[in-house]
Amino acid sequence: MKTTNVMIVGVGGQGSLLASKLLGRLLIDEGYDVKVSEVHGMSQRGGSVVTYVRFGDKVYSPIITEGEADFIISFEKLEAARYAKYLNKDGLIVVNTQQIDPMPVIIGAAEYPENVLEELTAKGLNVQAFDALTLAEQAGSSKAVNIVLMGKVAKQFGISYDKWITAIENTVAPKFIEMNKKAFDLGYNS
Amino acid sequence: MKKLLIGNQAVAAGLHDGGLGVVSSYPGTPSTEITEFLSKYDDLHSEWAPNEKVACEVAFGASLAGARSTCAMKHVGLNVAADPLFTLSYTGVNGGMVICVADDPAMHSSQNEQDSRHYAIASKVPMLEPADSQEAYTFARSAFELSEKYDTPVILRMCTRIAHSQSVVMLQDAIPAVLKDYEKNPQKYIMMPGNAIKRHPFVEERTLKLQQLAENCIYNTVEYGTNDEFGIITSGCSYQYVKEVFGDSVSVLKIGMPNPLPVDTIKDFAAKVKKLYVIEELDPIIENHVKSLGIEVVGKEMFSILGEFSQKTIADAFGIKAKESVCADSPVPNRPPMMCAGCPHRGMFYTLAKNKITVHGDIGCYTLGAVPPLNALDTTLCMGASISGLHGFNAARGSETEGKSVAVIGDSTFMHSGMTGLVNVAYNATNSTVIILDNSITGMTGHQQNPTTGYNIKGEVAAKVNLEALCHALGINRVRVVDPYNLKECETALKEELSVAEPSVIISRRPCVLLKSVKLSPSLNVQADKCKSCKRCMGLGCPAISMKDGKAKIDNTLCVGCGVCQQLCAFDAIV
Repeated sequence: MKTTNVMIVGVGGQGSLLASKLLGRLLIDEGYDVKVSEVHGMSQRGGSVVTYVRFGDKVYSPIITEGEADFIISFEKLEAARYAKYLNKDGLIVVNTQQIDPMPVIIGAAEYPENVLEELTAKGLNVQAFDALTLAEQAGSSKAVNIVLMGKVAKQFGISYDKWITAIENTVAPKFIEMNKKAFDLGYNS
Repeated sequence: MKKLLIGNQAVAAGLHDGGLGVVSSYPGTPSTEITEFLSKYDDLHSEWAPNEKVACEVAFGASLAGARSTCAMKHVGLNVAADPLFTLSYTGVNGGMVICVADDPAMHSSQNEQDSRHYAIASKVPMLEPADSQEAYTFARSAFELSEKYDTPVILRMCTRIAHSQSVVMLQDAIPAVLKDYEKNPQKYIMMPGNAIKRHPFVEERTLKLQQLAENCIYNTVEYGTNDEFGIITSGCSYQYVKEVFGDSVSVLKIGMPNPLPVDTIKDFAAKVKKLYVIEELDPIIENHVKSLGIEVVGKEMFSILGEFSQKTIADAFGIKAKESVCADSPVPNRPPMMCAGCPHRGMFYTLAKNKITVHGDIGCYTLGAVPPLNALDTTLCMGASISGLHGFNAARGSETEGKSVAVIGDSTFMHSGMTGLVNVAYNATNSTVIILDNSITGMTGHQQNPTTGYNIKGEVAAKVNLEALCHALGINRVRVVDPYNLKECETALKEELSVAEPSVIISRRPCVLLKSVKLSPSLNVQADKCKSCKRCMGLGCPAISMKDGKAKIDNTLCVGCGVCQQLCAFDAIV
């Protein structure tokens, strides 16, 4: 099969590493060759972060370049705009509509492009936007945005609901399992 | 057993399964996880050393004692460990010794883009370079045998994309660690001139033997493709990009042992293809070697010395049509990294910026004091350079700058290489003021313990360096501690220490807000009716504060209630 390319993008500290860890484990259990490229170090400190997940029969490059992504899962609106050029023309971009101002916006040196998702839709991209932060807060913590988003895209990868739930149980700390399962369901059913 | 591992975890597993006994390292992106994963094994000794030189010498001592040993560091860490490295090449080893070094093309988290392969060539030590996690495991595991067979340390070179990419690894059974006998051997291990002069010929002979190995080893592999129009010599992650673009159509010589490079293998490969390319990130090491053999090759004229590659770099260079994509018309603002909400460094940097102080910076999270709106730093060079640089600055300009300049250095960086600089300040007497930003952890690399934290790599209670007593012992009489959440205290201390006619140290002490042990306060809020839109709080560059509809607003998901902005608000609008 052709290699499938998934990008997880967001702001350092939003929990994208846990999301890619979860997805990577599930895909390897499905028997795919998998590569996941992560970001560590300085850029994690509130900067723009991107994780690449690729799976198929045989995967070579660990990264994804412009026009190659089948899915982009964006934890934040501006980051969706930043990485939209990586999406292929038949791809899907799922966006948490949460807005986190970057420093140039905070200090007034740049403007936050408020209507950027509408722009991308007008250009023919398949954009699915929703408020994952509110769902995460409903589940019990704003930190569960990552799991809400994984719930939202779970059906796209041919992995059963039960396997996702088992993976969550095996990945997160015991005291957060129930909250994360609730977050996953809220995303899954949204 | 099949597992999905990041390259660094695969290195750790390979070293452990190859019989590792001792690991000593200093953290540095992108190498840190090698040692973090090794510390999870209970059948070996693991530790964070104060710096890479110490770590490398610890690994040497362990090897001398008969254990298989390793040390891991980032590329610039090898500069610090270069002193032991060059003479270790002469002494060779007893137990196998592997030096793991991780380069950072594109400088994701580094101050330069140096190519560690130069060190292998200069020190005449073999180097291995894996192209994925499976090879990271296999190469690391096999490196001990190579080290012992050829009586040499072995350098294992990682790059960011290999170190921090997960791919599938088949693990094998571990070899139990064994301790070889230690026998005193002054001719081999005491490198004074009379002995070293006899070891140098050994090093040269060893290189010849390693060159023979390079012609026929598991590290360098040839894949002949269906198309004989051209062939590519490549290594590391560049190999993956080449395969991504050309699949099995093109002939590829993959170099997994960049030092010493093979000769006959390259000549044979070159003879079988009509045109030859070398695709390697950073410097033209393989390319220059190929050219030295009198073989025509295309390299850096097509593939940059700068940054890292991707499949797109290669496709573009060969004129392959780019994939279609669209982007937004609105400009997308950058999102540079910044200090976290509640970062204890912020209060001190605000004070320094407010007083227009010349600040000699150092390596760590606090390098982010350089970015707007604080713009608080004047220079950042390398680990420890803040203090020695400040001393030189003041030696050159005297009282003109002594009252207006400081060095800032973190607790871990001070342990790494700040102490010697501070001794120099005291000994050679400039009226320099040094600020130790003590956040009780090694922050930027992801929270590693260090000698000032009171815990070792396994989180066990350990001897704790008393920074105040240490600074006194190094010859500094004036040492005081401030809380960086208290702006008034910071400013008073700064002004007093800058005005006195002797060297001084201010310890700005508060633990990193991301530490699990730190109790956070509830988020603060702006009372919109009291906010006069003066934007004074915006001068802190706190990611939790922004202007919304003309009034300051605090993001409750980010604010940790540090209270620094409250101290700035003249209208008591923040509660």
